[in-house]
Amino acid sequence: MVAGAGRSGHLVGERRSPAQVLFLGKYSPLAYMIAAWELATAAGLIPELLLPRFSDVMAAWARMMLSGELPEHALSSIWREAAGFSSSVVFGITVGIAMARFRVLRDLFEPLLRLLFPLPKSALIPILIVWLGIGHLSKIAVIFLGCILPVIVSSFNGARGVDRHLVWSALIMGTGKRKLLWRVIIPGALPDILSGTRLALAVSFVLLVGSEMLAGNTGLGFLTYFLSEAGDLAGMFAAIFTLTLLGFLADRLYLRFMRRILIWQREDQE
Amino acid sequence: MSESRVKIRAAGVSKTYISPGGESVLAIDGVDLEVRENEFLSIVGPSGCGKSTFLYLVAGVLEVTGGELVKDGAAIRGPGPDRGLVFQHFALFPWRTVMGNVCYGLEEQGLPRPERTGRARELIQRVGLKGFENVYPNQLSGGMKQRVALARTLAYDPEVLLMDEPFGALDAQTRLLMQEELLELWSERKKTVIFITHDVREAVYLSDRVAVMTARPGRIKRIVETRAPGSSAGREHVETQEFVEKVNEIWSLVRDEVVIS
Repeated sequence: MVAGAGRSGHLVGERRSPAQVLFLGKYSPLAYMIAAWELATAAGLIPELLLPRFSDVMAAWARMMLSGELPEHALSSIWREAAGFSSSVVFGITVGIAMARFRVLRDLFEPLLRLLFPLPKSALIPILIVWLGIGHLSKIAVIFLGCILPVIVSSFNGARGVDRHLVWSALIMGTGKRKLLWRVIIPGALPDILSGTRLALAVSFVLLVGSEMLAGNTGLGFLTYFLSEAGDLAGMFAAIFTLTLLGFLADRLYLRFMRRILIWQREDQE
Repeated sequence: MSESRVKIRAAGVSKTYISPGGESVLAIDGVDLEVRENEFLSIVGPSGCGKSTFLYLVAGVLEVTGGELVKDGAAIRGPGPDRGLVFQHFALFPWRTVMGNVCYGLEEQGLPRPERTGRARELIQRVGLKGFENVYPNQLSGGMKQRVALARTLAYDPEVLLMDEPFGALDAQTRLLMQEELLELWSERKKTVIFITHDVREAVYLSDRVAVMTARPGRIKRIVETRAPGSSAGREHVETQEFVEKVNEIWSLVRDEVVIS
């Protein structure tokens, strides 16, 4: 239970290879599902009009990657996602912590937040398109508005929940009121902030795809909708596959980042 | 001992706070107490009598609402590194290693890095945690965490050490060990100590004097001399008839209050 001395430095290197083994083991059931998919469609158990063969999806994916169609739409989506998500994180953390520290801001924003929290943010897509057009900006705005609430709420709760004994200890040891924010409040709120931000990351992909489907002519959401209308199911699944891959990678990267920052929370650093 | 000067003086100190329900609660009412320089004074009393509140007032993290609270002749206004505070639940910064925690106060004083790590290393060794410098608090046992908290407080060398049931969350054996070590540390580097506890034996064992508080709103009911001036502190006294009598005397004072509350 109790750790020995001075080994926090080389943890990452030691952990990598067993983690990779675990990774392959954990995802191996996918291979059976894909095999079942391929066999069922090849045998004609499921009509190809409803579900294309997995191998056809992969062929379409390779073709669309090489033609530059997928990368182009993917880049457009990635840009919107990155801009919307990162701006919501920056603003959300700032607003949430400011609300926790200043009563005036809390009283000002709280009713608004309570009202907006249950609103499905996708309902805002049409009006944002009217206001901001069918280009990048309306999508970024949708993602921003949808993500900012969980970030604000988690930052607010995190900052308010910091143990007052920690704050007292810091004040006694000479930390000034202003420095307290960086020295105690933010590090103390970090676990909450990071889990709220992860929720926002998941929400952001839903809103990205939804807003791209409703208007515009770029992005993976648009491509998915367009190809399904055109009856190119293999191509549509290739677009969905790309979206899944992007969402998965974003979440994995985020988790890795979160674990690295919160290394002090790990019970056993083995 | 009785000749030495007064370090902290409370005259009619009271504290009213607003409960989460919005009512105002009188936590302590008219506490009169003089704590002498380099004295080890314990405060015992029933749960909720305001012992901890009084300690937080001395620390300056809560504000007095009535009466006068003075250190070295000047009214206490706000917290400062001259009065170190040790909590029952340690209050270590979980995102900082043992070294990072012990260095915190020294960082705030602007001590250059080589000096502060040197001083921190010395103290970590002194409390028996050599080899754990780079470990985070959540990997330590309760006793180890309290040692870190003690080292963190001693690092910035406060004149007054305020301890809020510091061993209350520890198991019985660790508790005895920590009491001995605290006495050793206290005799090495003399400090004024105010020690809050539920445990009458602990109070008698550690202290020069024990103050008994009444049920809420707390006042000082009686102050009992527990160590003859000039005599040494140590485990050997625990077996003596005198020790047992002091424990019984104080316990009967506390018991009356527990019954009332």
